[in-house]
Amino acid sequence: MDNGALGTGQEPVRLCLLAGKIMLQSGAETYRVEDTMSRMATAMGLVSSHSSVTPTVIMFQAGDTGSAQLIRIAERTIDLQKVAAVNDISRKLSSGTITTQAAHGLLVEIDLSKHAYPVFLQIAAAAISTGCFTLMFKGELSDFIPGVLCGGLAFSAFILLHRLVKVKFFAEFTASLLVGLLAMLLVTLGIGVSLDKIIIGSVMPLVPGLVITNAVRDLMAGHLVSGLSRGAEAFLTAFAIGAGIAVMFTFF
Amino acid sequence: MALMIQLITSFIASAAFGILFNTPKRTLLKCGLSGMLGWMTYTLVGFYLDPLFSTVIATFIVGVISQLFARTCKKPVIIFSVAGIIPLVPGGLAYDAMRKFVENEYNIAVQLAAEAFLISGSIAIGLVLSEVLNQMITKLLVKRPRV
Repeated sequence: MDNGALGTGQEPVRLCLLAGKIMLQSGAETYRVEDTMSRMATAMGLVSSHSSVTPTVIMFQAGDTGSAQLIRIAERTIDLQKVAAVNDISRKLSSGTITTQAAHGLLVEIDLSKHAYPVFLQIAAAAISTGCFTLMFKGELSDFIPGVLCGGLAFSAFILLHRLVKVKFFAEFTASLLVGLLAMLLVTLGIGVSLDKIIIGSVMPLVPGLVITNAVRDLMAGHLVSGLSRGAEAFLTAFAIGAGIAVMFTFF
Repeated sequence: MALMIQLITSFIASAAFGILFNTPKRTLLKCGLSGMLGWMTYTLVGFYLDPLFSTVIATFIVGVISQLFARTCKKPVIIFSVAGIIPLVPGGLAYDAMRKFVENEYNIAVQLAAEAFLISGSIAIGLVLSEVLNQMITKLLVKRPRV
């Protein structure tokens, strides 16, 4: 950490940008990102800071004379642990229990941290939740096992494909196509009863529920650009899932 | 019996979604609880009212519960509300709409798609309502002692 940057007052700006970047990448709402950034800026003595947050870029300016800085957000996932951790740091910074330097160290640590749960546990969680969803959507009791199988397949296929090809649309499309095929196979074999419920339950881990609600909330909070682009993102995901299932139905 | 199954499955499903969204371990049970309450409200109110209204009421309850949990745990509200609204997301309707599109029944498909869109809107309305309520209560509580 160079002291020259601290002298010119750039360090607080970078800290705010880093915090904003982590939060936006982890699926926080736009207004929460702006709120946290301005709180941190105030705590570090930057008066009249302005920030402009969209899902792909954050622009931040401290004071009227300083130059604006921006940071590009390439990929967004959902990682609520990081949102909570950054929130915690901004709280501590505002109350003055940690210094700017310490906050910077903590933020870098959070930025580099991985998902707290191992991949197999995530797949297991996805599988169990889909089994439960098939029952919640009034499927038969015998649909539980096919739901678990399809859900596990859907999520593991999604993770694997997303690692292989970086195109999210393709990963979602293929995952839902595979789900459709497996569900059809299981129902034909007589292991499951209601095809619809099994498929609906299995694609639930891929459905962009959080993104849709964030989009509408952003729109209501007045973040029109963010709201619309998040809505586009959610629509693309929903379309990928729907298209995958649709392709399966046109085959059979 | 059917209700009992719904109660248990909604709890497990929401808590499992907490794992997918990487929520802190200590909050997983509360995530499950908010999901369970939301889904049970949705199911019970659904006996009497439209899906739209029951979604608004259910998300409102999820929002209020999440605000309470957020206060007690000092964590952002979004952790609890996300897990709570996941069961209410109209995945089934969107799926039905897509299926009708494929089967060339466009009239029904558009109808279903519009319903799915309205339900996601009402999820947001429920959450915003609970937030507004929270802000009003905080303002009242903060003002009273000073005056």
